[in-house]
Amino acid sequence: MTDQTPAIELKGISKAFGPVQANKDISIRVMPGTIHGIIGENGAGKSTLMSILYGFYKADAGEILINGRPTQIPDSQAAIRAGIGMVFQHFKLVQNFSVLENVVLGAEDGRLLRPSLAKARRELKELAAEYELNIDPDAKIEDIGVGMQQRVEILKALYRQADILILDEPTGVLTPAEADHLFRILKGLRDQGKTIILITHKLREIMEITDTVSVMRRGEMTATVQTAETSPSELAELMVGRKVLLQVEKTPPTPGETILEVENLRVVDSKGVERLRGIGLEIRAGEILGLAGVAGNGQSELLEVLGGYRKAEGTIRLNGEQIDLSGRKSDARTRRARGIAHVPEDRHHEGLILEFSAWENVAFGYHDKPEFNKGVFMDNAAIKADAAAKMERFDVRPPNPNLAAKNFSGGNQQKIVVAREIERNPDLLLIGQPTRGVDIGAIEFIHEQIVALRDMGKAVLLVSVELDEIMSLSDRIAVMFDGQVMGERVPSETDERELGLLMAGITDTDKPHSEAEIEANLAKTRASAAKEV
Amino acid sequence: MDFLTLLQVLDTTIRLATPLLLACLAGLFSERAGIFDIGLEGKMLASAFLTAAVAAVTGSVLVGTVAGIGAALMLAGIHGLASITFRGNQLISGVAINFLAAGLTVVVAQSWFGQGGRTPQLSGNARFETIDLPLAAEMRDIPIFGPIYAELISGHTLLVYVGLLMVPLTWWVLFRTRFGLRLRAVGENPAAVDTAGVSVVGLRFAAVAICGVLTGLAGAYLSTGLQAGFVKDMTAGRGYIALAALIFAKWRPWYALGACLLFGFLQAIALRPDVIEGTLGFEVGVQLLDALPYILTVVILAGFVGRAIPPRAGGEPYVKER
Repeated sequence: MTDQTPAIELKGISKAFGPVQANKDISIRVMPGTIHGIIGENGAGKSTLMSILYGFYKADAGEILINGRPTQIPDSQAAIRAGIGMVFQHFKLVQNFSVLENVVLGAEDGRLLRPSLAKARRELKELAAEYELNIDPDAKIEDIGVGMQQRVEILKALYRQADILILDEPTGVLTPAEADHLFRILKGLRDQGKTIILITHKLREIMEITDTVSVMRRGEMTATVQTAETSPSELAELMVGRKVLLQVEKTPPTPGETILEVENLRVVDSKGVERLRGIGLEIRAGEILGLAGVAGNGQSELLEVLGGYRKAEGTIRLNGEQIDLSGRKSDARTRRARGIAHVPEDRHHEGLILEFSAWENVAFGYHDKPEFNKGVFMDNAAIKADAAAKMERFDVRPPNPNLAAKNFSGGNQQKIVVAREIERNPDLLLIGQPTRGVDIGAIEFIHEQIVALRDMGKAVLLVSVELDEIMSLSDRIAVMFDGQVMGERVPSETDERELGLLMAGITDTDKPHSEAEIEANLAKTRASAAKEV
Repeated sequence: MDFLTLLQVLDTTIRLATPLLLACLAGLFSERAGIFDIGLEGKMLASAFLTAAVAAVTGSVLVGTVAGIGAALMLAGIHGLASITFRGNQLISGVAINFLAAGLTVVVAQSWFGQGGRTPQLSGNARFETIDLPLAAEMRDIPIFGPIYAELISGHTLLVYVGLLMVPLTWWVLFRTRFGLRLRAVGENPAAVDTAGVSVVGLRFAAVAICGVLTGLAGAYLSTGLQAGFVKDMTAGRGYIALAALIFAKWRPWYALGACLLFGFLQAIALRPDVIEGTLGFEVGVQLLDALPYILTVVILAGFVGRAIPPRAGGEPYVKER
């Protein structure tokens, strides 16, 4: 192995953004024909490193060798010439172009379009046959599912003769079945001699598909190991720098009275599209109900209705009392007063005001409480003291309430929101994507808080697109698809495969189902979700 | 209304639609590339003035037109610099250009010619002459087709034909060339273009430059084809109507032709109160007629466009992120 030339070799790469050292003296060697994983927490510098490799940023120091040759990569064009293809986390596709047009864009053969398109059509056919990358070249991007769109991105890279393929968090938007398909494609590519770099924060993926793995922490490469010789817990420790519990520890639930009842809930959005189509749910005290589903199937709308800032039809009862859904007698504030706390899915836009300081953010939604006011004036000293105490209890770092919210890391921002909502001791906690963009250490902490709230006899509605999170936290799991609840399961009696089928709208989960069927189902609903935006 | 009157109205329609069409296609190129351009009006006005002024001085409409295009290009360059290079707000930049042009044209005209902010009346070679298409006179006597050919199709100035030819040309460039594909892509998702290794800035500047040339032609036609000289604010909101037509046309070249002809027709009948009276049977106030194209613009945009989806990245400066 040592006498072989690495496909990619990075030597001493460093990059700083102002005072932040995003990459510090990073060196790796990736052998051709292997899948190399790069794992690390958010902000560990994985993406910065790959952006340097793809010519988006220029490294302050260090050297890049492609197939043993020192290579300058000042822009994406140079990266493409060097045989590097990149599949970004957020796809770089033109929504109203066809697959073919997207593949050809920037790699046309001449000034006229038709010959280029004809040639691309022929080549796509060959690539499709070779790598299980079947796709209709004339389909519009906005009409196909996310899994398909990702395949278009891979085809784009292959069409440009890429030998090295970088994928940034490729499974974030995929159902388990789609992720399996992707992994099959990647293995096929590897067996054809392509070199693949997979960036992820999911340990399971690393273990399943990579040959070697590098771990990054705080801008540094802490280790590179053979995947076969390591374990998830060892990798997690390398990522965080201390021992972490990968499994949430919790006792069996002791459900009490019904806290929340939802019956026949319907939402029609401003475009006339039905986003919720007769939802029925029930959550008891001392119970966590996990709501699984691919993003965009109505989970967000359900949270918004329960949180009090979207109108709906149907019935919602909290502690047996009906809540007004017309928006006239009830809003987010009255919901809070009744004991519903809400950690919104999008903390940057709904959970926090990033420009405001932490202490102001800790008071939002509760700023009219008597303890925060002196007559008509706000009692800023009291609010600050309260914020400081909460930040202390939730281990927010740095523990400085005067710092603007935008200056905290993702995990600490989320802790600020969770502290604000949980510390109000609500009867019902709505919590959406609690650990999106949150580092492992903070995930562990936030999960503990959610379980602790349940153990105090409160009801929790957990919405997450991370199936692992749903499986490990929930006492019951409901799966949403296309504005409906497809079914409920108990975590100990189900598995990813079954939930994956429900997430694709297939309810007879005992029978075998083809991938094509799953895909067709997913494309149907996601197309309508895309049109909404 | 007899056949000849109808032909006259339609003939006027074509003449009045031409500046709208050129400006509309100018806006189409710019907006398809993601640069909203509310400054069509200002660029037309600047070109109208400089074309007329240089034509008056040199006696050549062609030299004048080149100067007019230069003026429009310069303003387009300012818009590009503000909104592409410095990532400023495209609406504000466009509005600034409109104000700049409205003020500057009159001031310069006054100090140059001293005729109250006008240019001298143009005549002879300082104006675009009408072109009689071959056989127009001979075919006049053929029923129906003859008068249509002779009155309606033949006998316009060069820029009218240029404007009409720009429609298929624009379509071809946008949908049949590499440049067109990239231009449309950069207006939808500049990140896709950037990661494909193509310069977003280069493409957008190219689009803005094309916009400058076409608004230059539109302005030149106003002061040397439609009228004989520049007068203050002679664009009279045509830049905004062209933008309305662009939305009405859903950013498509052939639809743009239809939309501009419709707006041209509205302006044409506003000039013929007698025809309206004859058709409707009662008198309509002149002020109302003058306002008609604008009122209908509002009505059409509010009610009949349906859902027009603008280019997705329109109006937003491109900031490279990971």
